[in-house]
Amino acid sequence: MATLKVNGKTVTVDVDDSTPLLWVLREQLGLTGTKYGCGIAECGACTVHVDGQAIRSCVYPVGALSGDEEITTIEGLSKDGSHPVQQAWVELDVPQCGYCQPGMIMAVAGLLNNKPDATDEDIDREITNICRCGTFARVRKGIHLAKTKKA
Amino acid sequence: MTSIIDLSRRGFIVGTGATGLTIGILSACAPGKKDGGADTPQAELPEVNAWVHIGTDDVVTIRIARSEMGQGTLTGLAQMVAEELECDWDKVTTEYPTPGQNLARDRVWGDFLTGGSRGIRTSQDYVREGGAVARTMLVQAAANRWGVPAAECTAAKSVITHTPTGKTLRFGEVAEDAAALPVPTDIPLKDPSEWKLIGKPVKRLDTADKVTGKQVYTTDFKIDGMLNAAIMAAPMRGGTLKSFDASAVSSMPGVKHVVQVDDTAVAVVADTWWQAKTALDALPVEWQPGEGSDHSSAAFEANLDEGLTAKDAFLGNQVGDVDAAFAKAAKVIEARYNAPHQNHACMEPMNAIALWTADKCEVWCPTQNGESALAATAEAAELPIEQCEVYKQLLGGGFGRKGAPDYVAQAVKIAKQMPGTPVKLLWSREEDMQQGFYHPVTKALCQGALDADGNLLGLKIRISGQSILAGIMPQALADGIDYIVFQGLLPSGVNPQVEDQTLKYTFPTIKVDHAMRNPPVRPGFWRGVNANQNAIYLECFMDELAHAAGRDPLEFRLAHLKDSPKLAAVLQAVADKSGWGSDDGKSRGLCCFYSFGSYTAACAEVSVDENGKLKMHRIVAATDPGYGVNPQQIDAQVAGSFVYGLSAMLHEEITFEKGETQQKNFNTYTSMRIAEMPEVETLVMPSGGFWGGVGEPTIAVAPPAVLNAIFAATGKRIRQLPVRDQALR
Ligand code: FES
Ligand code: FES
Repeated sequence: MATLKVNGKTVTVDVDDSTPLLWVLREQLGLTGTKYGCGIAECGACTVHVDGQAIRSCVYPVGALSGDEEITTIEGLSKDGSHPVQQAWVELDVPQCGYCQPGMIMAVAGLLNNKPDATDEDIDREITNICRCGTFARVRKGIHLAKTKKA
Repeated sequence: MTSIIDLSRRGFIVGTGATGLTIGILSACAPGKKDGGADTPQAELPEVNAWVHIGTDDVVTIRIARSEMGQGTLTGLAQMVAEELECDWDKVTTEYPTPGQNLARDRVWGDFLTGGSRGIRTSQDYVREGGAVARTMLVQAAANRWGVPAAECTAAKSVITHTPTGKTLRFGEVAEDAAALPVPTDIPLKDPSEWKLIGKPVKRLDTADKVTGKQVYTTDFKIDGMLNAAIMAAPMRGGTLKSFDASAVSSMPGVKHVVQVDDTAVAVVADTWWQAKTALDALPVEWQPGEGSDHSSAAFEANLDEGLTAKDAFLGNQVGDVDAAFAKAAKVIEARYNAPHQNHACMEPMNAIALWTADKCEVWCPTQNGESALAATAEAAELPIEQCEVYKQLLGGGFGRKGAPDYVAQAVKIAKQMPGTPVKLLWSREEDMQQGFYHPVTKALCQGALDADGNLLGLKIRISGQSILAGIMPQALADGIDYIVFQGLLPSGVNPQVEDQTLKYTFPTIKVDHAMRNPPVRPGFWRGVNANQNAIYLECFMDELAHAAGRDPLEFRLAHLKDSPKLAAVLQAVADKSGWGSDDGKSRGLCCFYSFGSYTAACAEVSVDENGKLKMHRIVAATDPGYGVNPQQIDAQVAGSFVYGLSAMLHEEITFEKGETQQKNFNTYTSMRIAEMPEVETLVMPSGGFWGGVGEPTIAVAPPAVLNAIFAATGKRIRQLPVRDQALR
């Protein structure tokens, strides 16, 4: 049994403590926006926020959560797709297949939480998500555009 | 509570309502729905024709037979139909007809295969016609309503106007009448000069849901009573399943079944995928090695090397007497290149949902080829194809991998062992790395003969290595020859299949041949296919020849492009745009190539620091695909293809030891990240009169341009791929 606070709601799930947060979100809570890509913290498809910080949920056992942390998934990033990163993504048509994008967007939102003026160097260092469709050029443009937007 | 709304129409609830979180209604048949919200029933009116349905609310639903996997084909094809239909673009949505419907309707939507950059170019004529026919019927219906000649009516933005009187009717008001009219034939299509929507950089139809997490992929579906399966196939080539001990895991949490899938694989079926995967990892399994189980990439090098100079080889291209040219050469240049196995590694791993009963089998899956997925379903289900159906879903990347229906057949074989229970099969990333259809392994021996004035007298390219066709579709070989091996290096007129893959340079003499050396590794079509390494072989070697001849690489190439003004034009354009020839101290490299019917070129600008660290600064790319349906999507495809190609060039290699891949996940199979991404500037140069591809052609030009730029920076040729940690200085 684990208790978690996800997108502002407290929920209790009946799973083994070792179950990664990713699979609790996807399979117990039906929050399927967060994706599986590797399971070993390499690709970032599973990125969500824990207290505003981007983490890779595929290697984050639910047992490590106290229940007080605020977990935010792509579904909870904004009510209506109006988070600055989402706005920028729509404006520039960033996604291709889109599969990596929830993780990419959460990683970028996490970066901008910490560094609202993120530079290209910050982006290079901190955005390490894999996108096999190769949306990186627009992701970079999108980050700079998101910096200029308000929620 | 989770409930199924209407499985037969492919729509059902996703997620579970138990926690009050995320209830969405999936309309799998409406991937381009813009509102991202609930499905609105719109089937109250009959379709106008196979391509177009119009609702009373004027919503235009355009049917898309090809698969969307990120490349934007969905939007591009909708633009083509809408162009002729004269509908309001803001009211357009899309849906996929199913392969079963196609079969039942005598293939009214044609071919479903989405590969070879053919999504638009080989269906542009009949989809535009579909739009034109529907418009004609709508206009006729309005004219009938008014009792006026159709010739006095025009259509624009989903409104039909009777020009003399100014009376109007909306499409939605006459759609039902139109559907009842006889289908007209020989409707003329617009001249390209009249296009209003084709050629415009319109936004994609499918972006909104991709930024909110609402976009549903097959792996996100949940059906009442559905179980989840994790699978493991023999890790070694040629291996089979010998035994497994189900009792060791059957009491683990959630585990429902442990099943043999076929001769080669075992699966654990559980309540959740995580439970299935956890149990599978704990399952004692014994494998029986077979043919190929001792395969070693390192040892196979010797076979490839032997092929480079072997006496016998399949001839791909021969002009003039190349041996005589070499005999009188003042200088002979020689170089050996290689290209390793690579995995597609789509971000969305292979997956499919199957529901089998004694008289029906249904599958939901991402696939690049709905019809082959349906055939694989019927075969695995052991049911007549008419009793099977495949509901295609948006792909989380395809790149050629999802044209093969192996994972679909597996899902059906599992579901068949639990009739009436829907089963979702999802591969782990490890499974994906180990059970690929890998980009074929080849080497090349390139030789050039120069005269004393630096003129090229003859060129020889011997390719040694794997044939994709021999590996997975031997029936497509022509007298044993795999012409696809020679992509971009062929003469015109060899074979209609490869007429869009010819060599555009003119050389006094040339010989290109192929010593087929097939390792026991399943090959596959990997974005760009053989154009990728052939462009490296040809275009890096052209650079070597130019250098050996003491000539400028641009001038040297152009001198051999007199017969191909289109390829010369894109090459000149990237050179001009990137500042080729300027003395600003920057290191640049060029490449041009023709493949998938499009003319492409790139100029890369790089630097290599004193420690040998490479920085790719900028690549200017140009493509002439004949017609550019959506320039902003072409730009996205160019930049994206560069990532795929450069990632392979820099990092990607699958190697085998004892028949097993040595790379099992992204920690050892490295994929490029944003930090390595150069700035990409795309010149879209449609010259008209032909239809070339977009998704693949440009992938081939980035790596040679970068490799040639590395030489410009360092004086060192990199011929061994991937570049990885080779010393660049
Ligand atoms: S799935 Fe978590 S990082 Fe890849
Ligand atoms: S958009 Fe397809 S993997 Fe990133």
